[in-house]
Amino acid sequence: MNLVLILFIIIFSFALFFFSKSRIQFYAKNNHQFKLKALPKFYAYYLSLWCALPALGILILWNIFEPNIVKYLIISKIESNNLSSLSSDQLNLIFQRVKAYYAGNFTGELTNEIKEGAEQYKRFLSLASSAKVTLFFLSIVIFTAIALKKVASNIHAREGVEKIIKVILFTSSAAAVFTTFGIIFSLLFESIRFFTTINFFDFIFGTSWSPQKAFISDTSVELTAAQLKELNEAFGAIPLFAGTAFIALIAMCVAVPIGLFSGIYFAEYANRNVRRFGKPIIEILAGVPTVVYGFFAALTVGPFFRILGESIGLDVSSESALAAGLVMGVMIIPFVSSLTDDVINAVPQSLRDGSYAVGATKSETIKKVVFPAALPGIIGSILLAVSRAIGETMIVVMAAGLAANLTINPLDSTTTVTTQIVMILVGDQEFTSAKTQAAFALGLTLFTVTLALNFIALRVVKKYREQYE
Amino acid sequence: MNREAKVISKNVDVFYGNKQALFDINLEIFKNEVTALIGPSGCGKSTFLRCINRMNDVIDICKISGEIEIDGFNIYKQGVDVVRLREKVGMVFQKPNPFPKSIYDNIAYGPNIHGIAQNKQELDEIVENSLKKAALWNEVKDRLNEPGTGLSGGQQQRLCIARAISINPEIILMDEPCSALDPIATAKIEELIDSLKSSYTIVIVTHSMAQAARVSQRTGFFHLGKLIEMDETDKIFKNPNNKMTQDYITGRFG
Amino acid sequence: MNKELRRKKRYQAEKRFQVYGIIAISLAIFFVGILVTKIFSDGTSAFSRTMIKTEIKLDADLLGITDINNKDEVENADYYTLIYDEFTKSIPFSNDEEEKQIITLLSPDYEYEAKDFFLKNKNQLGKTVTILLTASDDFDQLHKGNFPRDIPEDRRRLSNFQLQIYDQLVKENKVTKVFNNYLFTKGDSRDPELAGFGGAIIGSFFTILICLIISFPIALMAAVYLEEFAPKNRITELIEININNLAAVPSIVYGLFALGILLNVLELPRSTALVGGIALSLMTLPRIIIPARASLKAVPPSIREGALAVGASKVQAVFHHVVPLAMPGTLSGTIIGLAQALGETAPLLLIGMVAFVVEIPGSPLDPSSSLPVQVYLWSESAERGFVEKTSATIMMLLGFLIVMNSLAVYARQKFEKKWN
Repeated sequence: MNLVLILFIIIFSFALFFFSKSRIQFYAKNNHQFKLKALPKFYAYYLSLWCALPALGILILWNIFEPNIVKYLIISKIESNNLSSLSSDQLNLIFQRVKAYYAGNFTGELTNEIKEGAEQYKRFLSLASSAKVTLFFLSIVIFTAIALKKVASNIHAREGVEKIIKVILFTSSAAAVFTTFGIIFSLLFESIRFFTTINFFDFIFGTSWSPQKAFISDTSVELTAAQLKELNEAFGAIPLFAGTAFIALIAMCVAVPIGLFSGIYFAEYANRNVRRFGKPIIEILAGVPTVVYGFFAALTVGPFFRILGESIGLDVSSESALAAGLVMGVMIIPFVSSLTDDVINAVPQSLRDGSYAVGATKSETIKKVVFPAALPGIIGSILLAVSRAIGETMIVVMAAGLAANLTINPLDSTTTVTTQIVMILVGDQEFTSAKTQAAFALGLTLFTVTLALNFIALRVVKKYREQYE
Repeated sequence: MNREAKVISKNVDVFYGNKQALFDINLEIFKNEVTALIGPSGCGKSTFLRCINRMNDVIDICKISGEIEIDGFNIYKQGVDVVRLREKVGMVFQKPNPFPKSIYDNIAYGPNIHGIAQNKQELDEIVENSLKKAALWNEVKDRLNEPGTGLSGGQQQRLCIARAISINPEIILMDEPCSALDPIATAKIEELIDSLKSSYTIVIVTHSMAQAARVSQRTGFFHLGKLIEMDETDKIFKNPNNKMTQDYITGRFG
Repeated sequence: MNKELRRKKRYQAEKRFQVYGIIAISLAIFFVGILVTKIFSDGTSAFSRTMIKTEIKLDADLLGITDINNKDEVENADYYTLIYDEFTKSIPFSNDEEEKQIITLLSPDYEYEAKDFFLKNKNQLGKTVTILLTASDDFDQLHKGNFPRDIPEDRRRLSNFQLQIYDQLVKENKVTKVFNNYLFTKGDSRDPELAGFGGAIIGSFFTILICLIISFPIALMAAVYLEEFAPKNRITELIEININNLAAVPSIVYGLFALGILLNVLELPRSTALVGGIALSLMTLPRIIIPARASLKAVPPSIREGALAVGASKVQAVFHHVVPLAMPGTLSGTIIGLAQALGETAPLLLIGMVAFVVEIPGSPLDPSSSLPVQVYLWSESAERGFVEKTSATIMMLLGFLIVMNSLAVYARQKFEKKWN
């Protein structure tokens, strides 16, 4: 149905365009006193845009909101039909059953309630459908009529069209804001549901993470006090934060020295050939998909460390934090290297000249004058790299473990926030389960932290740029 | 007048890639004097100045042939330690370039690198002396920890002069040191240059003939990479031998 | 003397500093080297498939075919029994266990391979023919040299008896390797020797296509608005801040968004390239907007002024003159953004593109996988055979990325005008 409507409006507005264009051209040719204020094609554009765009917009909005409105109506009907009060999740369940029956794939106990509900669902759907089509054609008629009137009064059609274009452009750029709101909304919504069951402080400060221990995880069911306590104790996220930070730390220990020194060398010492070939090769590290790194870490680096450890008598897990952190560090090297190169290059030559003139060697100049001058920019780039490390998913999913233990031993395995999000959500989820909601809560935490880091990093880099501009 | 030649340039040619910037420069610079190098823009005077402390080494495509002797020793000989050279020959640039550090650290930088001071007290003394010699001490003595970049243009330039002095050089090269300053600051710097010449040999590049006439004892006139004439300042400005010099002085060109 | 010593030390420090730099760069290049070498050395063997040559009699009775022109009979004939009997007949065995071990040397697909063969050679019914059958994963890996033979039998995948058969077959020249077209044409499978990334490639293709269709127009329009029309007010600032933030959001958060809104609220079909494409397009938007803006900014004002001076409106000046000149940089940035989207895994995992997809998807609305997700799935499998397949998939993925990145660089260099 939607496809038909869309095709219709496209064809119709095209036809309208060509038709009106030729009509206007004809009219202008035969009425010499009548001066058109714009080229005929703009009037045609004006008409067809006003015809098509509102209708399409209505169609899109209707399709987005209809399922939820229908759901709301059905559920309120069910609610009013029921003598005892039902929880929202129970109502949801009934609605799902009604939908399934309507679609013809219902298994289980068929009650009258469900049959009636399905009848009403059918009625509402057809009602909604007719309403949608009516509104659709109504909008075409109304807006086209308005536009026609405007055209007949010889408006500045080109300006009218350009206004429409500017609105479209603005909406596109607002898409970024919509996306941010969408992300925040989707994270917050589920997180809030999570925090109505699980205490916020138990989550942030709790030290035991074992969501599978929470047998009673369906939050739609009323929980006893004991069950609630057990549930709260299963979602302590500290081990996850610690694991994330630990692996990120290992990664930085690899990426920062290598990245800084290679960036400085590229900026200050490298000749043209080294720059031409060395830089792109290192950039390759940035272009490799993280899943490839994960594969490499899981299949090569992890076992390598385990075997190495065994040979000198150490007990190394095959999913050691060291393996995951090392590979993650390698991935981050080009970020640090590239940004360091840029930042060092941005330091004015006059500072270097001043240092050379006093008799300093090149390395002394770099260490004591150039690097300190570039420090804010370098710190900014390191913060951005840390943000990247924290948000990294595939390497840790494939190479780090699932064991939420608090450890500072890099030879142990430990898990991260991102790993847990994946592990919880890959597989069947019910959205009423505290487990699923926990994933969103973790996502919200991750989003907030990376956003804060990026914000600080950009402020620092901005302040640094101001010094030299 | 018994004058000692501090710097002697012999047949110096300078190339930037394929383009020749200086042609066969031969001149002498005498000890404890101020020597000015003048000429129109692009005539090579700054390039020559930078040869004296081998700052042109920093530029990849710059090639130099010939000799420059300081105290009889050719600084372009193979194996010369550039770092040592620059201990002896300091430089002040056209645009003041203090480090983004405190005033104290700006001055202390050189002595620290070369290990001149044995302890903090000695270092403090060096800083104080340098700032005094640069006629800046009274203005900054209470705010040595403030950033050097926070000073006015004229003060920054005096800071750079103090920085050059801090490692006790014998020669100070100045590349248009006043062109970024206002007249009052310029006057202060010129006064300073005059007082410094008793301790140092100074070579100053300037596009202001009036300045050259005011501060220098000898002046060299450069044009299109060649040294046209070099003589006592008085002679150059009142009675030059070369017609081109005469034309430049009287403002016919440049 | 003290000064001499000090100067020496300073020069030594200088040398050391340079050496550190060189070591750092060498280490980084070394890492690239190991990565590439390992992937290629593991992956090249996936491009060949081991097959066993054997002679079978196309026994009409075993097959249950009386008339070769009877389509039903041919369709439903018992190819399974034919191969089972004929193959086990060709090798001496002494008990049931050994008989089972013989047949497991063939890939479980043998009945379909036999059927394909028969359909092409119907007139050979009753005669003895030579047929090539795909070997099982264990056999295949053994032949490729990935299985060590000198470990005790109970730790091996192949028994001593099976090794004997292998050696015998090799001696009789009945073991051969062919180009593994299954790798490209087939979808996922539980049997490594039959698995291919054909489905994943198509899935990736649909996903990136949808990503392109959605993100390119919106990103271009947004960039044009921000660069050319936006007034310098708070709303514009807000939009710009948002775009910069979105560029730095971890990809898994986009997955959560897709799960929460696209699947849960909008109830779009799970596991499909459509949802994957939408999720990735949101992530790619800022990655196109930023280079597009840079390209637009690089067009000199004189171009705009020239157009305006001829009487064009601002909109016309922008769309007729500025945007075309900014296209090389914008396209280049788009290709790079799409390349990054191609390698994304985390968001697709969350929206369920981890399904075990055997059928090659026919449209963006079919359940599908994608190349990086396939890598993830196969890397979780225990069979040795999947290691080479995974590496081959990575080679494929890297191949695409190299092509796309080179294209982007080429487009920029060839078509971009240098404004001096």
